[in-house]
Amino acid sequence: MNIVVCIKQVPDSAQIRVHPVTNTIMRQGVPTIINPYDLFALEEALCLRDRFGGTVTVITMGPPMADTSLRKALAYGADRAVLLTDRFFAGSDTLATSFALSQGISRLAAEAPVDIVFTGKQTIDGDTAQVGPGIAKRLNLHQLTYVEHIDSLDLEAREITVRRRAEGGVQVLKTGLPCLITMLEGTNSIRFASMDDMFRAARTRLDKWSAKDAGVEDMQKCGLRGSPTVVKKVFAPSPRTEKAKIIDIAGLEPAQIADAAIETLFEANPELHEDLRAFASGA
Amino acid sequence: MPETFDAIVVGAGPAGNSAALTLAREGLNVLQLERGEYPGSKNVQGAILYANALEQLIPDFRDEAPLERHIVEQRVWMLTEKSHVGTHYRSDDFNEERPNRYTIIRAQFDKWFSSQVKDAGALVICETTVTGLIRDSRGKVVGVTTDREGGEIFADVVVLADGVNALVSQKAGLRGELKPDQVALAVKETHYLPRDVIDQRFNIKGDEGVVIEAAGTITAGMLGTAFLYTNGESISVGVGCIVSDFAGSDISPYDLLERFKEHPSVRPLLADAELKEYAAHLIPEGGYKAVPQVAGDGWLVAGDAGQFVNSLHREGSNMAMTTGHLAALTIAELKREGRPMTAANLSTYRKRLEDSYVLKDLKKYRDLPTVLHKNKQFVTAYPELLSQAADTWFRVDGVDKRTKERSILRNFRRGRGLIGLVGDAYKMARAFR
Repeated sequence: MNIVVCIKQVPDSAQIRVHPVTNTIMRQGVPTIINPYDLFALEEALCLRDRFGGTVTVITMGPPMADTSLRKALAYGADRAVLLTDRFFAGSDTLATSFALSQGISRLAAEAPVDIVFTGKQTIDGDTAQVGPGIAKRLNLHQLTYVEHIDSLDLEAREITVRRRAEGGVQVLKTGLPCLITMLEGTNSIRFASMDDMFRAARTRLDKWSAKDAGVEDMQKCGLRGSPTVVKKVFAPSPRTEKAKIIDIAGLEPAQIADAAIETLFEANPELHEDLRAFASGA
Repeated sequence: MPETFDAIVVGAGPAGNSAALTLAREGLNVLQLERGEYPGSKNVQGAILYANALEQLIPDFRDEAPLERHIVEQRVWMLTEKSHVGTHYRSDDFNEERPNRYTIIRAQFDKWFSSQVKDAGALVICETTVTGLIRDSRGKVVGVTTDREGGEIFADVVVLADGVNALVSQKAGLRGELKPDQVALAVKETHYLPRDVIDQRFNIKGDEGVVIEAAGTITAGMLGTAFLYTNGESISVGVGCIVSDFAGSDISPYDLLERFKEHPSVRPLLADAELKEYAAHLIPEGGYKAVPQVAGDGWLVAGDAGQFVNSLHREGSNMAMTTGHLAALTIAELKREGRPMTAANLSTYRKRLEDSYVLKDLKKYRDLPTVLHKNKQFVTAYPELLSQAADTWFRVDGVDKRTKERSILRNFRRGRGLIGLVGDAYKMARAFR
C-alpha cells in the first residue's frame, strides 16, 4: 500500500514576533517546525504502513530550507521524502499550493499507484483547511475530512471506514480507495524514532523536484500568478480601549448584586435600557 | 548490526562542533550526537565570540557566520547602588578588516557552525541524548548508548563535549559532581531595541558594538559579575554569581538581574526595550584546579565539560573551540599512525593543552577563584571606597584638594585597615601572577 503525507514547514507560532513598528510578522530567526496537525496525519500513515506494509512518502512544497522538516519526517519513519521547490511556486495561495502538491502526487502515482493521501486538518499559519480538499478535488479522490479514527481498512475490497467529527456528532463513513484523509488533532501521538531511523533519515537523499520535474506544464497555475487570493494588509488587532468595570459587592445581598450588575450594564449602554423597556412594555 | 564509527562526539556546542569538524576534515568517519532539537537550541552564552579560536578552524568565517556586532568599545564598571566607577576602552583600531571580538546569538551561530560540520562530512544527529558509555572487558570506552530504541553505537574513541554539567562523563564515573563553589549560575535576558536606537544610545554606527562588564555591590556581597552586550537589534543583559554564594543568600538570580537592570547607570540603556527571551546557564569557574582528568581509555573531554573557562577574562567558548580542535588533532594523529586510542596514547592531549593558551592561562590564574571567593571585600568594600573617592575627587565644594586627598586615604584605611590594604594588594598580585 502506498501512502502520501502532505506536510508543511511553518514558523513556530509560539516564538513568532511582530515587528513593533511595521506590525509585520518577523520570520527571520524564528525556528520552523512541521505543522503540528500534520504530525497526526504522519503517525496515522505510519501505523497503517506498519500494519499493512507498503511505503509512506512525505511531500512538501516550500523553499529549499523546508528540507529540515522532511528530514524530521524521515526520522519518524517515513520511507521517502519529496521537496517541491521552485521560484515558480513562490507566493502560492491555497489554490496554487493544492495544484502544485497534486502535480507532485500525480508524478508519485505514475511510479506506483497511491492508495491514500493524508494531510493535517489545517496549518497553524494559514488556518484555512483548504489545501487537503483542494488536492482531493484535483486528483478526483474521495474526501474524508476531520477524521478522528480509522475503523477499518480492507485492501482486498479497497474500502476504508472512518469516524469523522462533524457538527453535532460523529459520522461513520465508508468509501473506496484511493482517498484523501485530513486527520484531526489529538488522534494519536507521534512516535519516538529508533536509532536506526535517525541514521536512515540523516543519510537519505531527498528528492528535490522543480515545477517541471513535477510535471507542471502551465506555469500560470503556479505561485503568485496562479493565486487569486491576495493579502491586502496584515495587522495586529488594536487592543480594546474600554476597561472591565469592577463592581464592589462586599456586603451586598444577591438581589442587590444583580441590581448593581444591571445598573452597570445599562449605564454603559443606554440604548439597551431603552430597548428592553420598550420590549417589556410590549411596544 | 550496530553502527560503528571512528569517533563519536557528544554535544554540538563550540567544543563538539570544533572536534567533529576537525575529525571529519582529517578523514575520519564521525558521528556527532546532540540532545537539542537543533545544534544551538539548548546552548546559552552572553555571548561574545573571540575570532581567533574560530579563525584557526574556519579562516573566512566572517563571510558567512551570523555575527551581530564587532566590538569597538569595552567598558568595565565597578558598581555601587547609585554609581559606577569604570574604564572605557574604545579604539577605531577595532574597526579593522578582521575584527577581534563579536557579539553573537548562539542559537543562530551554532546552527551555522553545525552546517560547516555537516559540509565537512560528519554525520550529525540531533534530538538524541547520550545516556552512557559502553566499555569493553578491559574498561576501554568503545561506544555510547542513547535514549532511542537500538541506541548502542560503537566507535574507537568518544569525545565528551557534553557541556558544563558533563552528565555523561559524570554518570560514567570519569569525574565527580560539580562543586557549588566551582560553578557560577548566570541568568540573562534579551531585549529588543531598534538598531538605530542602539546606535544612538551607545554612540556607535554600522556593525560597531559595545560591551559592558560590571562588578561590585550589585551582586549583594556574592562573587559574580553582570554584563550588557549590544547585538544587532537587541541587547543581552545578565548577571551571574557563584552557586555556593547563591545558596547562602536569600536573593534569587532574577532579583539580582532586576536590580542590575534598575541601576541608574543601566536603566537608561534599556529604556523602552521589549523583553524577548530569558535564559539561565551554569558556567564552570573553578579554573585550573577544577580541570578534571582530560583523557582516558577511549575518551577525551573538551569545552565546559573540562572546566576550560577563564572567568577573569570572560573566555570560555574560545577555549571550547581550541580544546575541541586539540582533542580532534590528538585522535587524528593516532589514527594516521594506526595506533590504538588507549589512555597512554591519548595522554598527549593534556600536553597539547598545556602548550596552548588554554592551560597556560588557567594556570596563571589558578589561585584567583579561591582568593576572590575568600575575600569578598573585592566586590563589597572596594566598590564603595572607589565610589566615595571619585565623589570626593570630582565634587567642587570649597574644600581644598589636600584635605580631599587625606579624606580619601582615611576612608580606605578605615574601610580595610592598613594591613588589610597591603594584604589585599598582595593577594591580588599573587592571584594575577
